[in-house]
Amino acid sequence: MPHDVIVGVDGSDATRRAVLAACEMVKDGEGRTLLLVHVVPWSPFSFPTPEENERRHAQRQHEIQMAQEHLLDPLAQLVAEQGLHADTLVRHGDRADVLNEVVEQEGARMVVVGRTGDSGLRERIFGSLTSHLVHTATVPVVVVP
Amino acid sequence: MSTLVRAQDSPPTLDDRIQDALGPVADAITSVVFFSVSIGGVQVALIVVWLIAAALFFTLYLGFLNVRGFKHALDLVRGRYADPNDAGEVSHFQALATAVSGTVGLGNIAGVAVAIAIGGPGATFWMMTAGFLGMSSKLAECTLGVKFRNEHADGTVSGGPMYYLRKGLAAQGRPRLGRVLAVLFAIFCIGGALGGGNMFQANQATQQIINVTGGDASPLADFRWLIGLLFAVAVGVVIIGGIKSIARVTEKLVPLMAAIYLSACLVVILVNIDQVPGAFGAIVRGAFAPDAALGGVLGVLIVGFQRAAFSNEAGIGSASIAHSAVRTKQPATEGHVALLEPFIDTIVICTMTALTIVISGAWDDPDAPEIEGVSLTSRAFESVLPWFPTVLAVAVVLFAFSTMISWSYYGMKATSYLFGDNPAAEHGFKIIFCIFVVIGAALALKPVIGISDAMIFLMSLPNVLGLYLLARVLKREITQYRAKLHSGEIVRTK
Repeated sequence: MPHDVIVGVDGSDATRRAVLAACEMVKDGEGRTLLLVHVVPWSPFSFPTPEENERRHAQRQHEIQMAQEHLLDPLAQLVAEQGLHADTLVRHGDRADVLNEVVEQEGARMVVVGRTGDSGLRERIFGSLTSHLVHTATVPVVVVP
Repeated sequence: MSTLVRAQDSPPTLDDRIQDALGPVADAITSVVFFSVSIGGVQVALIVVWLIAAALFFTLYLGFLNVRGFKHALDLVRGRYADPNDAGEVSHFQALATAVSGTVGLGNIAGVAVAIAIGGPGATFWMMTAGFLGMSSKLAECTLGVKFRNEHADGTVSGGPMYYLRKGLAAQGRPRLGRVLAVLFAIFCIGGALGGGNMFQANQATQQIINVTGGDASPLADFRWLIGLLFAVAVGVVIIGGIKSIARVTEKLVPLMAAIYLSACLVVILVNIDQVPGAFGAIVRGAFAPDAALGGVLGVLIVGFQRAAFSNEAGIGSASIAHSAVRTKQPATEGHVALLEPFIDTIVICTMTALTIVISGAWDDPDAPEIEGVSLTSRAFESVLPWFPTVLAVAVVLFAFSTMISWSYYGMKATSYLFGDNPAAEHGFKIIFCIFVVIGAALALKPVIGISDAMIFLMSLPNVLGLYLLARVLKREITQYRAKLHSGEIVRTK
């Protein structure tokens, strides 16, 4: 089932507000659907040790399970409390890239994120998720403070 | 060597004692493994012929897939065929990076110097040739490594020659032969981990530390065992203490050091750019018409092939253990990726080292035969970049360390194959591994090279035999993959 609105979520306070804001937007329209996406930061171009490689598959399963149980399920519950339904998805990769890919796959009309969350130095060097997303997205990006 | 230069009346140091005790053992092992026959007056070690024959066989049998598959290998590493649903699993790039950091070590820096010191510049040509052919054996062993790996219930994977020898040959109705070869491989792999993956690395890293602190006059010159002990503690902290952060930091520093090392090679080459044609001339001339003193074409060829095999480990089977961790539905993809490993290791890095040594003329110095291994490489750099030996020492220590960590892992996998999940055996191996770091650091280069080569090359006996027996399985695997690639059943995702 395609989704109209994609919400990029993480463990921050702003995420909760972003989810609630997305609920408000979906409420106004008929039959609109929500997808909550959590991206586990990961790059295929890192230099792991052999032991990390050996355990990687199990580790990935664990990461997905933890994100589902501790992040997505409670947020989906929050959406349910608003009388709506949200699907959930965990993916590994670069956050902005994955959100853009999901938008394209779903044919979504907008993407909602909380204004987070990186510390000052990191943000100055690499830019924030939000600014990456705003610069590269093909649909409107709603940033919730 | 230390016994020769030792003054008659001075008491033997600890280094001398280790040397005296283990030197003869090394000689005995070496003479068995490197059983040589005389061909045209040249001593040819049969084990080197064994490896090169296999590399040549698979190059022809797979129809020069090392050339035809090269571009596809690059595309795979760049993630162009990666399934987005597999994001977060071990990527082709990661499997290659891990395998390369185990392969790129002192073989690329010191081993090349050893080859040129013994065989002249022409040895470089044969190293490159061996690297080119070795791409095919690497392709073969890594494809089979993924195909026959074990995926355990807890999601971890174990692969490598032990598994394709046992499972692959069992599937052909040769279960007993498979079991025997697998056990032999595991035993030799433990030896290889202690030899080339450990003693040689510790030895040459120690040598370079002594070089930059004053050479023979260095206050550390009589305390090689102490440097070895420090290495052993660092290795022990990671593999016994489980302090993974050190290994992780090393894994990240190694690519950086490799970049610095290659840049320095380029600087030496560019400063002497007018000598590059002459150097290539010397390399080609030396390959086909060397000085008679170097043992003729065959003598130089054997030296080059031997050092190349030691450096890129093609046919040895070690890298197959590391490559098996990748996530892929098609084992042939990892085989393609693995062919890049001898290319990076031998054709790129070894050639850069060789050009630096040949151009600088360091190999032609009158005392070149006496200064050995990494010392010769260090001198070549010093002629253009006087401060570089210190940087080289840092690079060498890091390369040595990461190679030791990788090989300790290979040795561990072999140990757990032999003894199952037996904590006593695993700890025993780890402790012995650390002890060998000290021994490797204390011994002179020659016996260390002897033992290291012997142990590493022994691994190729069961491994290559298995590769021949499984050649048809391998070809079927690769043919079906390439067919799907051409028919469009397997498409690029990016």
